[in-house]
Amino acid sequence: MLRQHSYWQLFSAVCKKDVQLAFRQRAEIVNPILFFLIVITLFPLAIGPEPGLLARMAPGIIWVAALLSTMLGLDKLFRDDFNDGSLEQLIASSYPLPLTVLGKVVAHWLITGLPLVLMTPLFALLLNLDSQALVATVLTLLLGTPLLSFIGAIGAGLTVGLQKGGILMSLLVLPLYIPVLIFATSAIDTSTMSLDYSGQLAILGAMLVIAIISAPIAISSALKVSVS
Amino acid sequence: MQFDSFSDFIAMGGYGFYVWLSFGTCALILLGILVSSLNDTKRIMASVQQQADREARIQQAKQEQQL
Amino acid sequence: MWKWLHPYAKADRAYQLCNTLLPYFAVITVVCMLVGWVWGLAYAPADYQQKDSYRIIFIHVPSAILSMGAYSSMAIAAVIALVWQLRNAELAVIAIAPVGACVTAIALITGAAWGKPMWGAWWVWDARLTSELILLFLYLGVLSLYHAFEDKKAAGRAASILAIVGVINLPIIHFSVEWWNTLHQGATITKFDTKAIDSSMFWPLMVNIVAFAGFVGTVTLMRLKNEILQREKHRPWVRQLLNRG
Repeated sequence: MLRQHSYWQLFSAVCKKDVQLAFRQRAEIVNPILFFLIVITLFPLAIGPEPGLLARMAPGIIWVAALLSTMLGLDKLFRDDFNDGSLEQLIASSYPLPLTVLGKVVAHWLITGLPLVLMTPLFALLLNLDSQALVATVLTLLLGTPLLSFIGAIGAGLTVGLQKGGILMSLLVLPLYIPVLIFATSAIDTSTMSLDYSGQLAILGAMLVIAIISAPIAISSALKVSVS
Repeated sequence: MQFDSFSDFIAMGGYGFYVWLSFGTCALILLGILVSSLNDTKRIMASVQQQADREARIQQAKQEQQL
Repeated sequence: MWKWLHPYAKADRAYQLCNTLLPYFAVITVVCMLVGWVWGLAYAPADYQQKDSYRIIFIHVPSAILSMGAYSSMAIAAVIALVWQLRNAELAVIAIAPVGACVTAIALITGAAWGKPMWGAWWVWDARLTSELILLFLYLGVLSLYHAFEDKKAAGRAASILAIVGVINLPIIHFSVEWWNTLHQGATITKFDTKAIDSSMFWPLMVNIVAFAGFVGTVTLMRLKNEILQREKHRPWVRQLLNRG
């Protein structure tokens, strides 16, 4: 079969299409952020407004909220393409499926993960985080949210063929998120004690590299199962 | 034998509740999955039997019609 | 080896293999379980520190070992299923998963019942307990994914993929939880210092481990037989089973 476009063109085309689609329906970008904001508002109301307590719990709150809000967009990641049949076309095409999948996952991160990273200073204000911890939070979110998109996409690929895949997907994916949660929150914790947290960041980075290499393969085999 | 009497054995040196609780639940869970697996076998074989009987009846009815 | 293995890709041969293996596993399980429980409960000496409460070890440790063992065998079956496209291996994945989940649940419950008298709490966020809990979630994930699919062919493959993803993540999860625990709690709990365990306790423990392994093997074989029968319901060889017994 003839391949008229380079792999890079394929990747950027898939990625661009998803991002453009998201920008046309603003809700897809705005809703996860609003959700994140509301979850963060709930915590002070539930545990009390004491600044010291909030600052102590902030890393955990921010990361649990980040986990939940990335889950929101995951269900839609492959669903539209599955419903209108274009997913089948992507699988049948002569281009490597893992690359296409990589494009879609990167697009998902650009839509849900990146806005969270950009909005962090605001959340840090709400939770009384100092500037040191803010830098750490931004760095861990920068390394961690793509990881969440990659791991979550495996679950999304496995459940896309199911009628009510949404809840099932969170059951499958959340246990796999635990290492990310542990290392990210501990990096922020360490930074509040003004200690060196490059170790945690290095582990997060290593996990991200492994995910970039292996997750697209897992996702594409999951998609093939779901579509067949 | 580590225990002098049966009541000593049950008491487990004061830890009876915890020891018997864990051994009890363990036995229950093991038995539970064993019984459910056995039931599955029975259910499947019964449905195979049912299907076979049904086909035999159909066969018989056809033969009777031909006669 | 392939020549020897190949016939077992066929359902009826695999079924017969299960049938031949099953009695051995069953006998080993019954004998070891009886010997192990009586020995462990009544004849093994009491621990000098933990007194009689330590007797929970005779089911806690075997179930914990087997929970990991069952998961790795499930993952191996999953790899075989995906790489060589063997349907029987997919069925094996589904046969092992519930057994593994049960064993994991036993490890958790006995761990809690042991923790209460020793640490003073039913549940402690100990690294091993936590990773065991996550292991249970992974088992339940595989099971619920399998049951969510209408098409059992796709279900088997999806469950296999998830099992493999889980087994890659398991060491990372275990390592991260252990690391998290030492960071948050310090060494408040040293469960069983890896001191050389006395042979009067070691041998009953070994017998119990063999008993649990045998149990997992027995029930897995039974469930595998069920899965094969369920799939091959309409084949003539299943019909012939009816006439025989």
